[in-house]
Amino acid sequence: MAKTLVQAILSKKSAETPEEGALCRARVDFAFANDITASPAIRSFREMGAEKVFDPARCAVLPDHFTPNKDIAAAEQAKEAREFALEQGMLYWEQGRVGIEHAFLPEQGHILPGEIILGADSHTCTGGALGAFATGVGSTDLAAVWALGETWLRVPTTIKVRFEGEKPKNIGGKDLILAVLSLIGVQGARYRALEFSGEVTARLPMDDRFTIANMAVETGAKAGLFAPDRTTLDWLTPRAARTFEPAHPEKGARYEKEVVVEVSGMTPLVALPHSPANVRPALEAGLMPVDQVFIGSCTNGRLSDLEQAARVLRGRKVHPSVRCIVIPASREIFADALRLGFIDIFIEAGAVVCTPTCGPCLGGHMGILAKGERCVSTSNRNFVGRMGHPDSEVVLSGPLVAASSAVAGRVADPSEVLPND
Amino acid sequence: MTRIIRGKAWVFGNDVDTDVIIPARYLVTSDPERLGEHCMEGLDPAFPAKVAPGDFIVAGDNFGCGSSREHAPLALKGAGCGGVIAASFARIFFRNAINVGLPIFECPEAAGTIAAGDLLEVDPSSGTITITGSGRVFHFAPFPTFIEGLVAAGGLIPFVRRELEGRRAR
Repeated sequence: MAKTLVQAILSKKSAETPEEGALCRARVDFAFANDITASPAIRSFREMGAEKVFDPARCAVLPDHFTPNKDIAAAEQAKEAREFALEQGMLYWEQGRVGIEHAFLPEQGHILPGEIILGADSHTCTGGALGAFATGVGSTDLAAVWALGETWLRVPTTIKVRFEGEKPKNIGGKDLILAVLSLIGVQGARYRALEFSGEVTARLPMDDRFTIANMAVETGAKAGLFAPDRTTLDWLTPRAARTFEPAHPEKGARYEKEVVVEVSGMTPLVALPHSPANVRPALEAGLMPVDQVFIGSCTNGRLSDLEQAARVLRGRKVHPSVRCIVIPASREIFADALRLGFIDIFIEAGAVVCTPTCGPCLGGHMGILAKGERCVSTSNRNFVGRMGHPDSEVVLSGPLVAASSAVAGRVADPSEVLPND
Repeated sequence: MTRIIRGKAWVFGNDVDTDVIIPARYLVTSDPERLGEHCMEGLDPAFPAKVAPGDFIVAGDNFGCGSSREHAPLALKGAGCGGVIAASFARIFFRNAINVGLPIFECPEAAGTIAAGDLLEVDPSSGTITITGSGRVFHFAPFPTFIEGLVAAGGLIPFVRRELEGRRAR
């Protein structure tokens, strides 16, 4: 029977036939944790009686969440993670050289087409942008992979998502995945995989694909995948850390259903509190004053995101009542943004620029919200209390809407700030 | 997991996410008891003080959606929660709960019927949830065989330990 992309990958990594709904054991190509999830993983690893990770070149720890260490307890966790990585000889990159795991690991060529990637972080699904089966797990599951080099999976059914039409200039990956969320909701793909296709997809740059795959988990999905194409391979050629064998969906594969997103004529979208599926056009958000704008995260902290924010902020000022925080998602992105003059633009506009970290996205540090405050954020979740006080609010958007809102002091569509663009 | 669990129901809605189960600002420890002090704080700040050992969380669809933090089932365990009954679970939370030994029961009928404060009795071996007051009984389906095996082994940790011992012996 013809295979979906997920089945095509799993069939190469498992001794069993990956029939949908069946449980299978599969070899894992790369497995990582961060400074929060490493600690319980290390404890479980020890309790398992494991001594060595299955392959130190395929196991990693990335200090990205509460780093640079936000307090003593966070520093202790980061230290434990660092010491374990050194003891095991695993991949580890120190602050100043690292980035948010889901931006940094693809850059370093550790997420590759046809591979199975497990990370102790839900946004591990970002790796699906490169045609990997990449999924988030908890710390004990990750410890089991470190110990055994394999995992168990329930083979998901797949929903095919087709982006069709002509993409307007101000529409990016974030708008496309928010459109999917508005159609299928926060559990529309629970226990399933998403496979992205369609004429818009074929022309979509990697950064937009990362954003889309990143938020697959917000639909409940186990993974969100793009079949590798020329764009994927061109992007990977200078980066791949290992040889790899891409997998492709087969003609005639059976999909649980198809969701078509008509992109022509779309205007930028936002997700209003407190659900990523509470989506409407930014133009229809109504008068929503904002206290803070955050441009960054594993969702939208890449170079093209910063470029779009710079397009809005060039020669303009952040509204006097707004704190605008910009955090490039990796060291490489930070360096490129500096070289291209984006950082100058942000600082001239009155924004804060910080070193790569997850920071405020999960309410860790570097921009926590007080009671009653509202933030427009390019991150991925706007749950109650996500970025601070339980009575604060997060509005999710792409970088154009976020930067426009920073200038306007309220949720704004880019056309309101860039009238002649 | 054969022990009968008895406790009171604390009822929540759909899509209870891991940020409200345990906000990220508390993830500077993975000690269940310390995490338990802030459990469900995002929805009910008084919950950790009110919940008694064995009490159940009862919720709608997609319980535990969001982050992969294993701290979420650990916080529920640390708060003394006897288990979670939900119409459905988000997939990472489901795995994490099995792995750390937090009892979870997927039963849409029970989740839709149980009212806040109901006294419940859950018998994992017979697959039944009983509302003590009315005597109403709900049945939940057993896990797939492999997952039952994980539960019976005491969770993923002993399962992997056995696997590693087997590999060393070979």
